[in-house]
Amino acid sequence: MNVHHSTNSLETPESRGAQSGVKPVENVIDCDIQELYYGTFKAVRDTRIPIEKNAITAFIGPSGCGKSTVLRCLNRMNDLVRGFRFQGHVLFLGQDIYAPAVDPVEVRRHIGMVFQQPNPFAMSIYKNVAYGLKLNGYKGNRDELVEQALRRAALWDEVKDKLHKSGLSLSGGQQQRLCIARAIATEPAVLLMDEPCSALDPIATRKIEELMLQLKERYSIAIVTHNLQQAGRVADKTGFLYVDTSQGGRTGYLVEFGETERIFKDPQEAHTKEYIRGEFS
Amino acid sequence: MEIPSDETQISRPPTSWEKFADRVFRGLTYVFAWLAVLLVLYIAGQIAYYAWPAIQERGPGFVTGQTWDNNRDVYGILPEIWGTLYSSLLALIVGTSFGVVAAVFLSEGFLGGFLYRVLKIFGCQNHPVLGKLPSFLDSLLKNLIELLAAIPSVVYGLWGIFVVIPLIREPCNWIHEQFGWIPFFGTSLSGPGMLPAAVVLAIMILPTITAISRDALVAVPSKLREAAYGMGATRWEAIVSVIIPTASGAIFGSVVLALGRALGETMALAMLVGNANRISVSLFSPANTLAALLANNFPEAGPKEVAVLMYAALVLLAITLVVNFIGAWLLQRATAGLEGLR
Repeated sequence: MNVHHSTNSLETPESRGAQSGVKPVENVIDCDIQELYYGTFKAVRDTRIPIEKNAITAFIGPSGCGKSTVLRCLNRMNDLVRGFRFQGHVLFLGQDIYAPAVDPVEVRRHIGMVFQQPNPFAMSIYKNVAYGLKLNGYKGNRDELVEQALRRAALWDEVKDKLHKSGLSLSGGQQQRLCIARAIATEPAVLLMDEPCSALDPIATRKIEELMLQLKERYSIAIVTHNLQQAGRVADKTGFLYVDTSQGGRTGYLVEFGETERIFKDPQEAHTKEYIRGEFS
Repeated sequence: MEIPSDETQISRPPTSWEKFADRVFRGLTYVFAWLAVLLVLYIAGQIAYYAWPAIQERGPGFVTGQTWDNNRDVYGILPEIWGTLYSSLLALIVGTSFGVVAAVFLSEGFLGGFLYRVLKIFGCQNHPVLGKLPSFLDSLLKNLIELLAAIPSVVYGLWGIFVVIPLIREPCNWIHEQFGWIPFFGTSLSGPGMLPAAVVLAIMILPTITAISRDALVAVPSKLREAAYGMGATRWEAIVSVIIPTASGAIFGSVVLALGRALGETMALAMLVGNANRISVSLFSPANTLAALLANNFPEAGPKEVAVLMYAALVLLAITLVVNFIGAWLLQRATAGLEGLR
């Protein structure tokens, strides 16, 4: 994978496109999933979602519609599942991350992820944030980048006096912001968030949402959420996925994609209309 | 409690029989729990009681003495204390390194993953029978290693005498000739000795370490694995920097447990260690351990020797207790940082 030529892997997303020889692209990620299997189970079909630069793209839909599966395709997390099989392509800055020569580990270093459950490592707050810097062999001033990441994750003021306490000593909402800081410390181009607020209380949820709106200035964000209001509050674009049970299985597919406002106010497809009206959720 | 009731009322207070059964059950749990504690204290007390004449007569000189001579009535167990600690330590070093690596291999499903990729090449990874092989192989391997713990120690001893010693004697003596100036290789291996004893002991404690460590590694929450892989860690980086540290408390616990077994192991060591009253750092020198000393001397023991052997048993008990306490304390310190993880 040849995303950038510089030896310093910690450039800002802005400088990255300019330095590489790739022609400028509007979408950071172009995802086209034709068919996706776990073993013999067909989990997702016919889903094309672009992730726009410096915008928030939300995936909504009922449980089991494969929205998390689609998100996990974008940084090859699904490769960790034995039996995973994928037809289609995911273009990251114009390059196919599923090309045979591409190392999934490298993909994950460019495309960060925040999970449903806050999952800080059992180490100090500082080491949690510096983890990615260490992985990437960053030789510069780590203290500075750790502070910067914690500030951007709106956590610095709460933890600056206890950086060497365990990350597990924080509250759930703080832990999730710590995980965000950990993910953005290495300046990934894209941040994938898999239901990041579903384990949090409403106040912590609000904080994360405000944070996402700030973060999109620097990063491109894709978020899976089962909370429709959340998608309405933060997302620029929204994709609605639904489950197709017609062939006996439970296969998720993309029903509709567009501007969030349009999806919520004027959905075109019947399934979307029903879902937005809250007939099932 | 007086609650106004009508004919539909189903709730009623517990009957006196229910209360009685509850009390009896609770009493029984108390009794049995304390019985276990009392049993340990009783045994320790009895050993101390029978050892008392020897303790009075010989005092601490017994622990520091280096000669064991029934005819001259001179008894000292310093070489045995040394041999016990030395053999256990050697076995622990070998057993822990092999055991933890084996546990990582088992817990991460490397073998199953490999088989899966092979099946995928032939396009039969979703075959109804063949497709189940990878996970079957993972559990088979785990059970095989746990089976090592079920082998009686006398079988290990026999195997050590007739297989291990002839196998390692030539190479060991070559090492002695080439590197004899290093204290560890300072003597030649004539047969039974510290190295064969430690090797067999290491194999004996391996399943304990592997089984417990594997369970601990498997129990590392998958959300932490995902976090590590999601940050772009390679498998090796995720294992070393996140998975093993998170499981380190239980891994350490397995090592302490294994040490307990190594210190007290008797039969295989009595057969392999050489029963020589000698303090030497040489791996090839014959030595002795407290447990082997007891096993070898009790058949011909007169009343006087019984007291001496009881004294030695008391020392072994004390060593085991102290080691376990230190282990428990270290374990508590090691896991203090993991609070709030589950």
